Amino acid sequence: MLGKLSFDALPKDLVTIGGVVMMIASGLLVIALLTYFKKWKWLWREWLTSLDPKKIGVMYIVIAFVMLLRGVADAAMMRAQQALSVGDSSGVISTDTFQQVFSAHGTIMIFFVAMGFMFGLINLIVPLQIGARDVAFPFMNSVSFWLFAAGAVLINLSLVVGEFSAAGWLAYPPLSGIEYSPGVGVDYWIWALQIAGVGSLLSGINFMVTIFKLRAPGMTLMKIPMFVWSVLGSMILVIFAFPILTGTLALLALDRSMGMHFFTSDFGGNPMMYINLIWAWGHPEVYILILPAFGIFSEVVATFSSKRLFGYKSMVYAIAAITFLSFVVWLHHFFTMGAGANVNAFFGIMTAVIAVPTGVKVFNWLFTMYRGRIRFTTPMLWFLGFVVIFTIGGAAGVLMSVPAIDFQVHNSLFLVAHFHSMIIGGVLFGFFAGITYWFPKVVGFRLNERLGRYAFFCWLSGFVLAFVPLYILGLMGATRRLDHYDASLGWQGLFIVSGVGVMIIIAGIGFQVLQLIVSIKQRRSNLDTTGDPWDGRTLEWSVASPAPVYNFATVPVVSERDAFQVAKQDGKAKLIYEDIHLPKNTGMGILIASCSFLFGFAFIWHIWWLVAVSMLGIVACLIVRSLDEHTEHTIKAAQVKKLEAISRSAAA
Amino acid sequence: MSWRPKQQNCEKHSSFSRCLPVWSKKSYTVTKPLTIWDIISLAKKSTILLAALLTVSLVVLAVVLLDGNSVPVLQPKGTIASQQRDLIILATLLSLLVILPVFALTGYISWKYRASNKKARYTPNWDGSKRLETLWWGIPTILILILSAMIYKSSHDLDPARALQANEKTPITVQVVALQWKWLFIYPEQGIATVNYLQIPEDTPINFVITADAPMNSFWIPQLGGQVYAMAGMATRLHLMADEPGEYRGSSANISGAGFSGMTFTTKATSERDFGDWVRSSQDLVQPLTLATYNDLARPSKNNQPRQYAPVDKNLYEAVMMKYVAPSHTMGGHH
Repeated sequence: MLGKLSFDALPKDLVTIGGVVMMIASGLLVIALLTYFKKWKWLWREWLTSLDPKKIGVMYIVIAFVMLLRGVADAAMMRAQQALSVGDSSGVISTDTFQQVFSAHGTIMIFFVAMGFMFGLINLIVPLQIGARDVAFPFMNSVSFWLFAAGAVLINLSLVVGEFSAAGWLAYPPLSGIEYSPGVGVDYWIWALQIAGVGSLLSGINFMVTIFKLRAPGMTLMKIPMFVWSVLGSMILVIFAFPILTGTLALLALDRSMGMHFFTSDFGGNPMMYINLIWAWGHPEVYILILPAFGIFSEVVATFSSKRLFGYKSMVYAIAAITFLSFVVWLHHFFTMGAGANVNAFFGIMTAVIAVPTGVKVFNWLFTMYRGRIRFTTPMLWFLGFVVIFTIGGAAGVLMSVPAIDFQVHNSLFLVAHFHSMIIGGVLFGFFAGITYWFPKVVGFRLNERLGRYAFFCWLSGFVLAFVPLYILGLMGATRRLDHYDASLGWQGLFIVSGVGVMIIIAGIGFQVLQLIVSIKQRRSNLDTTGDPWDGRTLEWSVASPAPVYNFATVPVVSERDAFQVAKQDGKAKLIYEDIHLPKNTGMGILIASCSFLFGFAFIWHIWWLVAVSMLGIVACLIVRSLDEHTEHTIKAAQVKKLEAISRSAAA
Repeated sequence: MSWRPKQQNCEKHSSFSRCLPVWSKKSYTVTKPLTIWDIISLAKKSTILLAALLTVSLVVLAVVLLDGNSVPVLQPKGTIASQQRDLIILATLLSLLVILPVFALTGYISWKYRASNKKARYTPNWDGSKRLETLWWGIPTILILILSAMIYKSSHDLDPARALQANEKTPITVQVVALQWKWLFIYPEQGIATVNYLQIPEDTPINFVITADAPMNSFWIPQLGGQVYAMAGMATRLHLMADEPGEYRGSSANISGAGFSGMTFTTKATSERDFGDWVRSSQDLVQPLTLATYNDLARPSKNNQPRQYAPVDKNLYEAVMMKYVAPSHTMGGHH
């Protein structure tokens, strides 16, 4: 009846039990608070069933932030283990737990933190920046989000029921095959990613169509804000890359569950095929994350330099070049596999070439600041931190693009330091800048600047302390994922420094939490009454803060780049109110995702009847939704006029 | 569109006019943007001193932590590793050509064009320059072209599969098998085998043929040269040569399961004569490595001490490879 599921699946290891207790306790706290303040109905009506991309965006970011806490806890455990587990000491956690922890850290940080922040920001801002009232497929957007949420729940459930994969964040076979990983960890990994990945693919389609079809009249492609361009590049990558992930994971699942041999070393299977496929998705994935961060920096730098973005066309070409090139470099993740010199040279050169458009973007940002009037607000600080870390990480990347050099640093901590430079210094700093920058637009008041600065300086100095030692350790021959090493190697000092760095980063996260609390408390003094707190340049700043549910009462007509800045200078304003059609709320997204969650869970534990039932559930939901013809509601023109008057009265 | 303000506050500034609605200026002052200038004027001298002290102590810390410890990648003892070290230095210098200007420009521009510096030129609508943009498409392109030539040449010169230029010494072949979780080294020409211990003569090309009878691994002796994957059913090649006698750490560089961290070995490079002595003394052992003893050895085990075997079944390496080619999990039936 319950397949492989039994009481044995509950955790026995102390560290894991601690994690489970904390997770359940915080869950209960949230439930208690919701019940105490009688907010269940509000939560369901205003949030869970909402099709408003702004609300969906906020929910993405909330999940991503919670997942960030888990990912950082994993990082802290790894750092503690590696600082202490030397010589005779075996450190704080067992080998098995350690291997689960590093697999969890990578998986959660990429799929549920970075992707969550990214889709959150895209949902919040892309429709507003292109002068649209909604996304192209609002219902699909909700399904995407809930699939993402279902994946996040499933991957965390593995802590309570079963185990996490110990095969690394990309689960290379044969290690991830049924022979060497007989437990359910890899199955959890597969199905959580599979479900979240389908959500990402649907989002990719949704936002590409939104950008192509829903731009305000007059906004030709060469007039869209740079963030929208970067999202377009990223979404094209999603559309091409995520089907590869889905296919690869499906084959791995067949290997594990149905005794097939796509990626085993015998019966004609070939693990090298998996490694090629997973990186054919994995490399574009890196650019899926970094492109929107680039876009955010373009917006931030132009706004806070009070100057037009320098080299708009160059920027567009650079994004296009990066989008294309990111598909022809995947082999640089395994130069050491033994492909011939010509193959390695080709992928090495293609990798190095990416440095050109990336460098162009950095110079264009610097020259946007040049002859500007730079205000060093927190988003701008994140940008400056990004330039420093990303440039160093980029140089390390250029080193590794030379295959002969890569042989000496591959799978070492040098590599770990490199990609953290790109993902933290580039992606995460970018998303933090974006969240601070657009926070008032979504919530209606600014974040506390002082605490934001503290958080930034903690992240920056913590990063340097945590990762510069790793660059050095890599050159000292320290490979990644070691749960123990010899004292005679002289690595411990550097590992301890790195651990201190992570503690400072945690302090930075503490400041971010504090910043949120303090900002909410002092919201009256930080209220954004104008809708345009930073002297912005793009359309999102032309509407009130928080942005109304319909985004634009009157759809703007655009004639130039930086449409809002231009309009401010012209002082043109035409107010014609019309009826606005918006999608109705629906709980169908959450229902479909719940069925998908059950489907994944049932597949992991081989509860075959539930696999069938949940699949039927998904199909039934889709049929019911397709037959529903009343999916929209209308806000009458008069009502719009009233709403606008209310939201703008603060400005008077 | 629907925004209210009509008032304009225009001031002539160099050749550009700067027009901002009054209310948006007002919202500026509410924001109280902090400039670097503010930070510095706010910061007490002691703070700056503290920062300087912190930087110095960091550098000292780094020196102390590194003191006396080897940095194998940068202190090579083999011909391949030396060439790889030279490449690292060359590529680093090349990228510094871009990094240093970027850092200098970032510092200079942030400082000079801070909002509080009203003397600096302000050109809010200047958004491009063909000449400048050509410059930063062009110069990195040239640098990358140089790097590409380097990539192409070094990929061929330092191709792990390429045999080293033979000096007068005859190369020695070592068959490497990654197991759960130890390294098995078979010297087919000498008829001996070792576990987690590798002895080689100096100045002699070593031809490694690498496979696995376990999850994928990576074979790495940093002081001698870069790593190559060890994969079941496949043979990868690696050619290395030690320049001088010494003991060099070898490790497994790819996660392979529970005993991964303890899967290290020592590589001892000696004079040719010492190597010959070692081989002869090893050959005297009566500790045969047959298919049966191999199957015992191949069982998962952690933190293995070095071990030696002789004589070694001549077909052993082939058999390990074929295990994954033949549709059978048990070994031996095929041979």
